[in-house]
Amino acid sequence: MKKEFVCISCPVGCRLTVWQDEKSAVQVEGNTCPRGKTYGVQEFTAPVRTVTSSVPVSHGAQRMCSVKTDAPVPKARIPEVLRAIRGASLRAPVAVGDCVVENVAGTGANVVATRRVTEKKR
Amino acid sequence: MMRNVDVAIVGGGPAGLAAALAAHKAGARSILVLERDSFPGGILQQCIHNGFGLHYFGQELTGPEYAQRFVDEVEKIDSIEVLLDTMVLQVNPDRSLVAVSDKNGMVRVQAGAVVLAMGCRERTRGALNIPGTRPAGVYTAGCAQRLVNMEGMMPGKRVVILGSGDIGLIMARRMVWEGAKVEMVCEIMPYSSGLNRNIVQCLEDNDIPLYFNTTVVEIHGRERVEGVTVAEVDPATRAPKMETARFVPCDTLLLSVGLIPENELTKGTGAQMDRVTSGAQVDAERQTSVPGIFACGNVLHVHDLVDNVSEEAAIAGENAAKFALGTLQKAETVRVLPEGGTRYVVPQRLVRGEGKAALYFRVRAAYKPARLAVLSGGREIRSVKKRVMTPGEMEKVVIDLKDVAGDVTVRVEEG
Ligand SMILES: Cc1cc2nc3c(=O)[nH]c(=O)nc-3n(C[C@H](O)[C@H](O)[C@H](O)COP(=O)(O)OP(=O)(O)OC[C@H]3O[C@@H](n4cnc5c(N)ncnc54)[C@H](O)[C@@H]3O)c2cc1C
Ligand code: SF4
Repeated sequence: MKKEFVCISCPVGCRLTVWQDEKSAVQVEGNTCPRGKTYGVQEFTAPVRTVTSSVPVSHGAQRMCSVKTDAPVPKARIPEVLRAIRGASLRAPVAVGDCVVENVAGTGANVVATRRVTEKKR
Repeated sequence: MMRNVDVAIVGGGPAGLAAALAAHKAGARSILVLERDSFPGGILQQCIHNGFGLHYFGQELTGPEYAQRFVDEVEKIDSIEVLLDTMVLQVNPDRSLVAVSDKNGMVRVQAGAVVLAMGCRERTRGALNIPGTRPAGVYTAGCAQRLVNMEGMMPGKRVVILGSGDIGLIMARRMVWEGAKVEMVCEIMPYSSGLNRNIVQCLEDNDIPLYFNTTVVEIHGRERVEGVTVAEVDPATRAPKMETARFVPCDTLLLSVGLIPENELTKGTGAQMDRVTSGAQVDAERQTSVPGIFACGNVLHVHDLVDNVSEEAAIAGENAAKFALGTLQKAETVRVLPEGGTRYVVPQRLVRGEGKAALYFRVRAAYKPARLAVLSGGREIRSVKKRVMTPGEMEKVVIDLKDVAGDVTVRVEEG
């Protein structure tokens, strides 16, 4: 099956057509440089994305702490990853890199904090 | 409270923090950053998505992580003091300023040099004059971004977004990820000013339609938004074609229709402004027309990449320190002028002499392919061909200062 993508590796935005030939090799057409081919193959075979969100923090100087997956996760798994993040919360103090959800939705990636949240002063 | 410092910096966003670090490196003995928010980091605190720092750190970071790197550095340096919850009210041409804070009351500062780094604010609905009622549920995209990401509140469930700038695109995905339905993104222009990457990963990934040459012509609802009327516009005049009007039910309208540099304080100093950028006119050292007052970051011109902000702020911070220490050379400047497809160029002035200078500019429309020429003294001193130049991306060209023989012109044309 042929699929169409816009290459996002640079502002030119070449239109790529990607398909699998008889020998199951992935073919890319429309790219004007090698980066476009790499991108086309990746998007065709295993598209991945980094997921970012925020989770509530108790006892913090802030109400929310921003988080991300520490590695890109398969695009199709994003809804599960988001569900797991929605169920998570933190307690201050939080440091950048603190683990929020380990091996989120079985993807092998961890959800980690991306900001510092200090304890609320009394 | 009364303070005397070498360098005072207004705003503790990425520009202010990078300027502080550079001023320290250049030898300033006392640096004071004044920030009205309770935390440093500026807008980046709410930009929780990733994609920052590829140029500056060679690594993909989220906004808060990018900001934290600068905060960590600043905290290590004793001669940099950051006053939070402190709003600067006035900057005077003699490099004194007035601020207020709950903790310190009135704060008066006399500085050897001042760096303006107040960032920008979003264009609001009032600036656009959409007819209709005035119900709740109309937000700027950045305001919604702050509510969702920092306050944990959802502005609505069924959303229409006007404007396809990056903040609008990022918020389209964010709202979907938080369970809302995003009906569409309307863009009055025939192209998006947002990055391809955001169009693909925010809209296409989530099956959100993007309509070009389309705008919102009316907002409906008494207490709360109940829907909007959208219509196509004539691509030439951008007047709505009312025969194409249709009603789209929604409870929220997000506006992502541009940013305006926050320059009330700058104007108060009497600095010469640039009508196109809405920021001050500066020379290559990022000094305004008022001696000792510098500007950088979004207050100078709207940047789409924070990496460029950090780079520019370092120039301003370094030279502010030199000015305060009395080592910044005074020299005659030539003008830098946009021509043809070039909309503006920063800096607006240059000193002839040694070394190189980077000129940052934007084009008026998409050029595919584009030819860029830099001229000075009737001679072409630099020529570059690019496959594409678009209004959404800031461009940069580096010139050799020894080639400068009079006013410099930056010209872009098809070719
Ligand atoms: C809503 C929004 C979303 C954005 N998203 C992205 C993005 O995804 N990626 C990207 O690369 N860029 C993004 N940008 C651009 C981004 O603004 C810049 O990359 C960068 O944050 C600009 O840095 P700055 O320090 O110039 O401004 P800011 O980050 O805006 O910082 C200015 C600081 O000055 C303070 N200030 C202003 N006036 C005063 C005063 N009178 N007294 C005291 N303090 C004052 C403000 O509180 C603020 O902290 C976004 C911009 C906006 C507005
Ligand atoms: S294929 Fe190459 S030139 Fe085309 S958009 Fe991708 S990176 Fe850019």
